[in-house]
Amino acid sequence: MFKQFLAVTLMSLQTLPQRIGASSVIVIGIAGVVAVLVSVLAMGAGFRHTLADSGRADRAIILRGGSDAELNSNLTRNDIDTIANAPGLAKDADGKALLSTEIITVVNVPKIDTGLDSNVTLRGVGLQLRKVRPELKIIDGKMFRPAVRELIAGAGAAKQFRGLTTGSVLHLRNADWTVTGVFTSNGDVHESELLADVDTVGSSLERSGYSSAVALLSSAGDFDRFKDALTTDPQLKVDVQREPEYYAAQSKALTKAITVIGRTVAIIMAIGAMFGALNSMYSAIDARGLEIATLRAIGFGALPVLLSVMVEALALSLLGGIIGASLAWLFFNGHSVSTLGGAFAQVVFQVTVTSALIVQGLIWACLIGLLGGIFPALRLARLPVAEALRAA
Amino acid sequence: MKYLPLLWATLWRKKARTIFTLLSIVVAFLLYGVLGTVDYAFENPSAGVTGADKLITTNKFSITLQLPFSFTQQIRSVPGVAVVTWITWFGAYYQESKNFVFALPIDTDTYFDLHKSDGFVVSDAQMTAFRNTRTGVLVNSALMKKFGWKVGDKLPLHSTIWTQKSDGSLNWTFDIVGTFDVKDPTQASQQSSTALFHYELFDEGRSFGKGEVGWFEERVDDPSQSAAIAAKIDALFANSPNETRTQPAKDFAIAFIKQIGDVGFVLRAILAAVFFTLLFLTGNTMMQSVRERIPELAVLKTLGFTDGHVLALVIGESLLLCLIAAIVGLGLSFAMIPIVHQALQGVDLSHGEQLSGLAVAVLLALVVGLPPAIRAMRLNVVDALMDKR
Repeated sequence: MFKQFLAVTLMSLQTLPQRIGASSVIVIGIAGVVAVLVSVLAMGAGFRHTLADSGRADRAIILRGGSDAELNSNLTRNDIDTIANAPGLAKDADGKALLSTEIITVVNVPKIDTGLDSNVTLRGVGLQLRKVRPELKIIDGKMFRPAVRELIAGAGAAKQFRGLTTGSVLHLRNADWTVTGVFTSNGDVHESELLADVDTVGSSLERSGYSSAVALLSSAGDFDRFKDALTTDPQLKVDVQREPEYYAAQSKALTKAITVIGRTVAIIMAIGAMFGALNSMYSAIDARGLEIATLRAIGFGALPVLLSVMVEALALSLLGGIIGASLAWLFFNGHSVSTLGGAFAQVVFQVTVTSALIVQGLIWACLIGLLGGIFPALRLARLPVAEALRAA
Repeated sequence: MKYLPLLWATLWRKKARTIFTLLSIVVAFLLYGVLGTVDYAFENPSAGVTGADKLITTNKFSITLQLPFSFTQQIRSVPGVAVVTWITWFGAYYQESKNFVFALPIDTDTYFDLHKSDGFVVSDAQMTAFRNTRTGVLVNSALMKKFGWKVGDKLPLHSTIWTQKSDGSLNWTFDIVGTFDVKDPTQASQQSSTALFHYELFDEGRSFGKGEVGWFEERVDDPSQSAAIAAKIDALFANSPNETRTQPAKDFAIAFIKQIGDVGFVLRAILAAVFFTLLFLTGNTMMQSVRERIPELAVLKTLGFTDGHVLALVIGESLLLCLIAAIVGLGLSFAMIPIVHQALQGVDLSHGEQLSGLAVAVLLALVVGLPPAIRAMRLNVVDALMDKR
């Protein structure tokens, strides 16, 4: 039985080149589906990766209660003083709290490829920034100085938006700001931003308070203690979240939208490709009717014949899946894209074709192949031998 | 036309094959209809902005920065400006953050004057009630239905930005005094989650930012002058800490939607992949179909059909196949648009791309039909009858 299966399968695979036209329909059809599926989902993966990589479990972000996003939030100097004295907060060698008080606004900067103004986040950050966010690394130029109009640009922002390279001058709100350097930050969302001294940003915006505060905790386990101290303080109305949770919530809607769109388009395409596969497999068995009937006549069973057709369909679809996933990887992996993120501001991220997505694409390919192969295989197996011999 | 039965018969020569081919083309045109419409909406967003006579003035530096209310007087003094109104982003939701409500504090007189050509429908009684109720709110009737609100209800809204002076709370309570509808269809989809309340209540009630507004909207007397008027408005505030940018409201909406990114590129890439795949599939089927019918075609030629006839027959078959599939697929996509609209709130999908799809179908039919048709045309009768392929 197994020997029969092996023999028939080998034969069908060997005769594949003779049916190159029909077979390539399966391969190309499925390659198209998988390429689209993997590319679209890779965008979602890249976006999620950028936001999921933002923040550490031992860092907390403090917003005014009920604000949802940093851009809406507002904290007074009094609030900051209370927060800086909360238990669980890490301290530096001088006993100063490792807290970065921040002001977030969006500024209009033109995009390099389209020239259209885009909302880029300008984040005023506190003096403790380097200790609170040690992942921040200057890759070009140098850090901004406080009290002068200088800023550093994230590597993602510098790639997507005009005039953000070291040494360029940005005209913001009736004043010139010098870009003193470009930074990376573990590929997180801050790489889409501009950073400057919080008080300089505040005075430029004529803003007395702050948007938010980012606190480095003594350890991730101190979060509850820190949060409870702040949320039970009657003088204070704040929301305290672990940084990763905050950024995950900000990215939820867009990630979901991308996934839903990607899957919907891929399902519709997969249905189309399945009809293509059915067509090709039916014509494949038509072309091989005589050959198969002869095999059946000399004693080969129906099952090995059926299985061999399935194997052929699977092999072709797997090949299509591999081609599709490779195309997606070749053309889109690492491609830098920017879109409006959670709150009115641009997020720059890289399309990431992960191995999980490739596996997902190949599973889809196999499913399409199975569905496209099963009906022709059943028909072939059921065909009365005498009739098939006569017809051919 | 008299060949139609012949075309029809040859088309169904192999039922299963034709059905599968047909279905895969249907799928491609379904995608074409849906993605094409979304693409069009992103590339040409009317975004609920009708008329070239409306301008919008925002902070040049950043859309999140406010502008002084006092600018109203200066803008109004610019010759050619008919009405100025001022609006502020309130960032509201109802009960949960997913229940977004586009609540706007407005100045009643100027707001409705500015939008008078957009067909805002409010009954006189409810308009009077709105004017006379400080805490009153006019809610779009679609939004009323969505949450089951009734006129007379208290409406609690949570602002993510504005705290109240009285208790520092972000929760504001309004009285629903009436509903409004919008006649203009593009406006209607844009306004479907709008609730309008009084600027006076908002400005007195908020704990910070008093005397500042989010943006101004202007209507000009002569749309052909709008660029010059916009420049004049911006000149008023040049070199001040609050420089402005005034542009047609339509351009503003387009710029905002474009910020989502190159949606069009992604959609077109997908469509290209779909059609390339399809071209291959259908082309292959046509070739195969003609190959199998070579003796039949030879018989036709023997009967006196000219080479041109045979060419036309094969192309006609391809046209028939593609057009039937395209009509079904585009029809389905038409039915799907309302569902897509749900997912993409605020994107105007009223411009269907279905008609251009038919042109694509004809093109597709020619591309896949021509090679087998030429082959059929060049067929040598004697060889073909002898089945020498």
